Amino acid sequence: MSGTFEPLPGGGAAVALDDVEISIIRSLAVQLMELIGPGPAEDAPADPLAELFAEGPSEPPADPVLRRLFPDAYCDPERVPDSPGEAEEQQAHSAEFRRYTENDLRAGKRENALMVIRSLDALSPVGEGSAVLKLSPEESRQWLGALNDLRLAIGSRLEIVGEDDTELLYRLPDEDPRKPMVMAYLWLGGLQESLVETLMP
Amino acid sequence: MGHVTSPAPVEIERTESAEEVFAVPEPDVPWVTIVHNDPVNLMSYVTYVFQTYFGYTKDKAHKLMLDVHHKGRAVVSSGSREEMERDVQAMHGYGLWATLQQDRK
Repeated sequence: MSGTFEPLPGGGAAVALDDVEISIIRSLAVQLMELIGPGPAEDAPADPLAELFAEGPSEPPADPVLRRLFPDAYCDPERVPDSPGEAEEQQAHSAEFRRYTENDLRAGKRENALMVIRSLDALSPVGEGSAVLKLSPEESRQWLGALNDLRLAIGSRLEIVGEDDTELLYRLPDEDPRKPMVMAYLWLGGLQESLVETLMP
Repeated sequence: MGHVTSPAPVEIERTESAEEVFAVPEPDVPWVTIVHNDPVNLMSYVTYVFQTYFGYTKDKAHKLMLDVHHKGRAVVSSGSREEMERDVQAMHGYGLWATLQQDRK
């Protein structure tokens, strides 16, 4: 697992992936899509107007991964509100923000994950169980967003909340049940790092 | 008749004072978007987002990223509440942890 993205002449990026790597990314992207859930289009009846006016949720998601992907917009995580009244106001504003943004945010993240899945499914093998993935600049941006969401999701599942937690992960013994997920997390970090480099303005 | 007319001014006064309370304008304090540190987002990615979305120079984006990383937070933009809601939504789209609030000195 040492493939990194290289910039393509004229824009875009390419990476060589083997079958195992392809199936890991694909499976994680599918899981992320399932977690983010169906969009309003799949929920609502065939009336396009109903979809247009469908409101998002006002409560924060119960799942910790989704709470990290869609945080409360008005609640400063490091500052305790001065009064119960202020806390209530922040909750109310966050709820309203959620109603008007969360459906769109979910749709955007779902599209990125779906694009990753489709681009992997379109790969044709070049040799013994490996393929070269080539992305346009726009596809690179979608991949970048999806890789970041995948790492946020895995990081949340691994309960990485402080800088020290990442250090600990590097030193996990091989028999630790979290080891495979940690390996995937670190590998995706390297992939994302190399993809950012190709996109730097 | 006296007892009918005398409460009237009191009523009016009350209405006025109540209106005054509601008419107090929002203090003219700008809103800010704050990005909070988290150990998952890559430093290069956070810099990339600040450059791409806000159009900041590499230097400014890098400095803001370092503030997020070392101080735990950085004010990345300021403006009206609506503008900051747009910025926060965009940051959430990129996967950065952002909140908005009125700027406090």
